[in-house]
Amino acid sequence: MQTLEYTAPKTLKDAITLLAQKGDAARPLAGGTDVLVQLRVGRRPQVNTLVDLKNIPELTRLSYDPREGLYLGAAVACCHVYEDATVRRMYPGLIDAAELIGSVQIQGRASVGGNVCNAAPSGDTIPALIALSATCSIAGPNGTRSVPMEQFCTAPGRNLLQNGEILVAVRIPAPAPNSGAAYLRFIPRNEMDIAVAGVGASVVLDSAKQRITSARVALASVAPTPLFVTAAGQALAGKAVTDEAAIQAAADAAVAAARPITDMRGTIEFRKQLVGVLTRRTLHIAIQRARGA
Amino acid sequence: MADKVHVRTTINGEATEFLCEPRQSLLEVLRDVVGLTGSKEGCNDGNCGACTVLFNGRMVTSCLVLGVEAEGKNVTTIEGIATPAGLHPIQQAFLENAALQCGICTPGFIVAAKALLDREPNPSEQRIRLWLAGNLCRCTGYDKIIRAVMDASKKMQEVKAR
Ligand SMILES: Cc1cc2nc3c(=O)[nH]c(=O)nc-3n(C[C@H](O)[C@H](O)[C@H](O)COP(=O)(O)OP(=O)(O)OC[C@H]3O[C@@H](n4cnc5c(N)ncnc54)[C@H](O)[C@@H]3O)c2cc1C
Ligand code: FES
Ligand code: FES
Repeated sequence: MQTLEYTAPKTLKDAITLLAQKGDAARPLAGGTDVLVQLRVGRRPQVNTLVDLKNIPELTRLSYDPREGLYLGAAVACCHVYEDATVRRMYPGLIDAAELIGSVQIQGRASVGGNVCNAAPSGDTIPALIALSATCSIAGPNGTRSVPMEQFCTAPGRNLLQNGEILVAVRIPAPAPNSGAAYLRFIPRNEMDIAVAGVGASVVLDSAKQRITSARVALASVAPTPLFVTAAGQALAGKAVTDEAAIQAAADAAVAAARPITDMRGTIEFRKQLVGVLTRRTLHIAIQRARGA
Repeated sequence: MADKVHVRTTINGEATEFLCEPRQSLLEVLRDVVGLTGSKEGCNDGNCGACTVLFNGRMVTSCLVLGVEAEGKNVTTIEGIATPAGLHPIQQAFLENAALQCGICTPGFIVAAKALLDREPNPSEQRIRLWLAGNLCRCTGYDKIIRAVMDASKKMQEVKAR
């Protein structure tokens, strides 16, 4: 690994100033489970400074408010997300993804914000967050902005952050009454692998819990970025929760939207098949959770 | 070259200071600077778990932590698991169940198993397997390791019940 400087600013302002000054030579460090590996294999030769974000209060806060929803500081590790009783109760769809990332060791370090910023097509939390209508709170030299999760990733390993910008937090609205969400992925073993395909889904039901008012479906590992499939949600709006044909139509829409590649983890055909199966399964779980709540 | 950084930390209960380069991993620092060679390097990319240590009580792969991040933290390595009175029950159980062959993976497994049993004294076999999924072993085929952890869990509870 190249020689590095390490700095751990205590304020957001200092971190932004530093990153803006150094440009491509500086990289934020959250849990380091992506960036340290990338540095070690020589994939970021231009970097000479790591800016540790874990001492910045806005990035380490995790809090829930019934009106504001969830504030998930970008540097909060997955273990803190899934060990939080409120998050477990309110956002099981996020927990599904946070508990899947790497091993228990990795989850002790890996942040949700790092997963999002790394912008891997296979990033497990991203489809789960898109399904939950999450937004990205961003701060930079020119102030703050907020972007829907589905717009954050722009290409494999790329996101829309501009020079000096930091993802401060992921925000998820308070769950609507009678709503539910889930995330599933397929890997060839039980744990410790990268998604061959993944699906996050959420549904909102009417007050009788008989009809789907709205639904959101997003996919991992089948496009250059995590993919939000609006057509899948549209196929479900107004349909009965027991309408298997509607669920199949949503799955078909997801398969149609998927643009996977063939690589060592799976072929195009296999990935498309997986998207259909996983979409049906996540929708069933999401509906079940919405009805149980 | 970046200047070396002076880090003050606690390793296995003892206040420790070291100098390291910012790019050095905690694993490198433990082994090459502090001289604690119990933690092993298998992959250096977070996949094998041979470098597992407790970092403020939470298990992490020390190859993916920077040495400088140990400032003010509490680190427990395999060297801190046994007591002056003897081996930790998990270590004893690994011996009695022949849960190691070459031994490279063993420190990581033992630290990880301790992290589990400290939180959950009586985990199911499935829970143990899942918890240890980030620790790879090329020799044993895992079964003896899982049995050793189950055995240790049982014995530790018997001791507690007494
Ligand atoms: C063994 C292993 C298994 C893994 N398994 C999985 C898996 O199953 N699923 C999965 O999705 N991923 C997996 N990963 C990848 C990785 O652990 C996750 O992507 C993790 O969530 C990254 O978070 P981090 O905090 O470690 O990020 P870091 O490595 O600290 O950062 C990731 C990237 O984002 C940038 N960054 C971080 N925070 C911010 C911020 N707030 N603002 C702007 N930029 C920022 C960094 O500069 C870097 O480029 C695995 C990794 C390993 C080593
Ligand atoms: S050496 Fe750290 S996980 Fe393999
Ligand atoms: S005993 Fe050799 S790797 Fe586990």
